[in-house]
Parts: sequence; C-alpha cells; structure tokens
Amino acid sequence: MKKLSARRRHPLAAVVVLLLALAATGGLYTAFAPADKAQAETVAQSLAIDEGKKLYAVGCASCHGTGGEGSTDGPALAGVGAAAVDFQVGTGRMPAQQPGAQVPKKKVIYSQAQIDQLAAFVASLGAGPGVPAKEQYNPEGADIAEGGELFRTNCAQCHNFTGKGGALTNGKSAPTLEDVDPKHIYEAMQTGPQNMPSFPDTTLTEKNKKDIIAYLDVVNSDDSESPGGLELGGLGPVSEGLFGWIFGLGGLIAVAVWVAARTAKAKKS
Amino acid sequence: MSSQDIPEENLPAERAADEHAHGAVSVADEKHPFADPGLPPHEHRIQDIDERAAKRSERTVALLFTLSMLATVGFIASFVAIPADRIVYIFPLGHISGLNFALGMTLGLALFCIGAGAVHWARTLMSDEEIADERHAIAAEPEVKAQVLADFKQGAKESALGRRKLIRNTMFGALTLFPLSGIVLLRDLGPLPEDKLRHTRWSRGKLLVNVNTDEPLRPSDVAVGSLTFAKPEGLEEHDHDFQTEIAKAALLIVRLQPENIKDKRELEWSHEGIVAYSKICTHVGCPISLYEQQTHHVLCPCHQSTFDLADGARVIFGPAGHALPQLRIGVNDEGYLQALGDFDEPVGPAFWERG
Repeated sequence: MKKLSARRRHPLAAVVVLLLALAATGGLYTAFAPADKAQAETVAQSLAIDEGKKLYAVGCASCHGTGGEGSTDGPALAGVGAAAVDFQVGTGRMPAQQPGAQVPKKKVIYSQAQIDQLAAFVASLGAGPGVPAKEQYNPEGADIAEGGELFRTNCAQCHNFTGKGGALTNGKSAPTLEDVDPKHIYEAMQTGPQNMPSFPDTTLTEKNKKDIIAYLDVVNSDDSESPGGLELGGLGPVSEGLFGWIFGLGGLIAVAVWVAARTAKAKKS
Repeated sequence: MSSQDIPEENLPAERAADEHAHGAVSVADEKHPFADPGLPPHEHRIQDIDERAAKRSERTVALLFTLSMLATVGFIASFVAIPADRIVYIFPLGHISGLNFALGMTLGLALFCIGAGAVHWARTLMSDEEIADERHAIAAEPEVKAQVLADFKQGAKESALGRRKLIRNTMFGALTLFPLSGIVLLRDLGPLPEDKLRHTRWSRGKLLVNVNTDEPLRPSDVAVGSLTFAKPEGLEEHDHDFQTEIAKAALLIVRLQPENIKDKRELEWSHEGIVAYSKICTHVGCPISLYEQQTHHVLCPCHQSTFDLADGARVIFGPAGHALPQLRIGVNDEGYLQALGDFDEPVGPAFWERG
C-alpha cells in the first residue's frame, strides 16, 4: 500500500511538473514576443516616441524628471541625442542601480527595440548626435597606425595605451575597452558619457574615430597578438616590477630556503 | 705571509690525520667555566654509506646535465626552425610569439638543469665533512713591521726629496693644479637656459591648431564637455625642434558654461566659455589631460595632482605647487581661435629663478 502510493507520486514528480510549466511559459512568451517586436518596427516614428515615453516614465523619470529636465539625481537629457541613450542603456549603465561615484557597466535589461524607442523619445527632447550607422564605425580598411597615434594623443591618458582602463579621482575610473562593441566606442567618443569628455566630429573626425576603433580592434580584443606573452594586465612597468619582485625574487628565495632546509643526512633529525 | 692565508694544517687531508679534528674537547678551567663540547660527531649521508645510492645520485646529476644539453640543442633548433612572426595560442598566455616561447623555455630549462645538477651533486656526492678553521692573529710579526719601516726610510732617503727642494715644490704644484681640469669641464653643464623656460611659441595672433586634424579651430568646433589638444600655428611635427617646442606649448582646450567659471580672470581670458590651459603639469612636467567633464577637474597621471579648470586651474589635490598657466584667447577676423599673447608665467615645473 505504502509502496504503491510512493510509486504513484515519485519524489521527482514535482520537479517534472515545474519544468513543464516553465517550458510552457517560455514557449508562450517566445510565441508572443516577436509579434511585439514586429509591431514596434513597423510603427511610425511618433509611435516609437510614444512607446519610448512610456518606457521612460517607468525606468528613467525618477532621476531624469518626467520631461527629461533632470533633477539632483540625474542630468537633463535635452540635447544628449539618441547616441547617448544607445550607449548608456545598450551597455547596461542606465538605468542606474544606485547613486555613486560612477555608474558601472552591467547586464543590459532592455531589448534593442526598446532601446531604440527610448532613444527616439530622448532625441525628440532636443537635437543631439544620432546613433551611428554601421559604415561609420566598421573598422574595416581603416588606418590602424594613425588610429594608434590618435588613441595615444586623445584617449590613452585615462584608458591606458592599449585600452586596459585606469583610475581617476574619488572612486571614478576609466573602464577597460576590451571587447566593447565598436558602435558603443563610437558613441562614447561622440557623446562623452558620465565624466568622459566628448570628442565631437568637429575636433575628432569620423575617419579619426574609425581609425581609433580599428587600432583597439587590433591591440585589445580576445585574439590580440601579444608576442611577449603574460601581459600582466598590460598596465606597464608597475605591475611587471611588482610581479618580478614578488614572484621572481620570492621564488628564488623559496628555492634557496628549500634547498638548505632539506637535510641530505641519512639519519633525519 | 702567504702561508698564513692558507692554513695548511686545516685542510681536510691534514685534519683527518689530526686525530679527527672535531674531537678537540677542552676541559673547564677558571677562565672558561664551561667546557667546549667541540663539534658534534659527523653524520654520514646515505650516499656515503650505500654505494648504490651514490650511483643513483650520480645518474640523477648526469640526467640533469643531459637534459640541459638537450634543451640547448632545442634552443638552437627553435632559433633555426621557428619563424619570428609565428603566433601561437598557449593557455593561459594567449596569442604569443612561438619563437619567444620556445627560446625562453629551452634557455630556462638548460640553465635550470645546470644549476639543479650542480646543487644535487654538491649535496649528495661532494665531501660534506665539517671543518673548523681557526683565525690567525691579525697583527703582523714584530720583525715584519721593523722591515717595512726600514724599507720606507731607506726609500725616502734615496729619493732625496728633502734635499732637492725644487723637485719637491714643482711636484706639489703639478699635483695641485691637475684637478683643475676636472673642475673646468663642469662648465659644460651649462650654459644656463636664459629665458627659454619663460617663453613658448605662443604669441599674439597665433592660431590654435587641432593636433588631430592639423586644422585651425573655430569656437563652434569646441563643444561643451569636449576635450581638444592644440598646438601653435606653424609648428609642424617634422620640424627639427618640434619636441622641444611642443613640450612647452602643448595646450588643452575645454569649453565650460560661462556661468560655471568661478575665477574672474579665467572668464576674462576665455572666449565664450572656451578656456585654454597649458598641458604641462606644474609639478614635474607630465602631460596632464585626464579631464573629467562633469567635475571640470583635470588629473595628472604621474602624482595625482588635480586642478579645477572651472576655478583658474587651482590645485585642489596633490603635490603641484601652482595653478596651470592659462593662455589668453580670442577670435580673429576670420572667426578662428587665436592666442592673445604668450603665457604670462613660465609653464611646467617650478625652478629656482621662477619667482
């Protein structure tokens, strides 16, 4: 009797039911979600702005004000342009989680369609730089050497010579540029997010920006070549010296101590 | 003398004959209340007792030396065989030069094996008998001292330095004058820079040229929150004195909202909120350009001196001694940004005569 009931309700039954329910929910979601997206893509610009305004009211208005006028918690958004929104929301920096020295990069919570709607709304508040087209930031065929020179003149002071990032004042820092989407690098140069100064097309031309992106693509991606090996973060002589002193000298001392401490006598004392 | 440097009676061969040197036990007396126990008895290693163990050690040492030979051959082979531009992926180092990796590994292995073999040889097979080497007296023997003094006196007499005064005086003269040539050479540390530290290439009417585009800047090019670097018109990168000139004339240009500028002179010397400051830190002259556009602070990467560009580039943190020099700017008839003179104070680090 006891055995029979135990077989009817296997201990894993609850887990199986849960999994089925999750699969059904997910399936239903994927069935309906594309419809939303398709709709968003077909609506007119004004409709995108309306949708963006709704998203804005939920996710952004508490700090930036209901009309993007800004508050003590966030700057005014008139004139920042669609590129700024695409960068800030597209890298997960916005919406900010908490106040602090700097808003860090984190998981992106909006879909690209929603980001476009938000960008359309913010762009409608005042003219600003638009989201760049692919041919503007595609590094193909750009001058890498020129890009390196421009990067060292304009960017390396904060982001390090190969874009590894670096420290600034009062808890702020310049983030690493490793594997950042070229579009986001372009937008950051154009709009100057947070404490980064902007480099508008008038002082750093579209071609200059493309060269910089091409340089970063060569020196700072997953498959960048590093003939010397063991870059130690690419931070320069400080980390290398520290490594030499601690691990190089430390290793030699440890070996010397080990050699001297082990007695060669037959009778161990 | 030399016989004292190598106390032959202390060499192992001599000492073995000398009734096992460690056994020099003394007894307690009035001067030394504790008896000297002497060295502990010598303990043997397994290799001293067991010939098979000694053979094993010998083979280990030989193996290490052979490995070193193979590694050296490997080094030469990699140098010949691997092209210098071959990139290979090696975890966790990433995409690195195959040649560098092979050369480093084989060279390291070759050296390490020589060292490890030598250490193992010395520890297990070479003699490890303890030896006490007594010090000899530091003072020389009285007859040696007397001989040296006599030699010196005889030399002084034979040179006739006391008698032939002309030789003595001219010799003193020559020896006194000789160091002067070294002192005269110090003149080459100069000449003094005169007023080079006080002036730069900037002068009235010189256009501000964007270093990225090599084009003169217009006020409309410089947006609020942007950062631009400029050099004086007419200074080209291929000029022979480019580096010495740009080291003084480098300029950083930012645009602030005029109402945010706190310093009255800064506002006066700006153009529609565009301000131009020397890019050379006033501490030890590092290029300073870590500009934070929201706080208007600019940070020096070398020693963290921080300047407030909205308040006359006042020093707000760090070791810098004075504010960044500002360049007075305006626009010319054609609407380009131009300098209205040179910096009114020396740029870069302080020096004695700076005042």
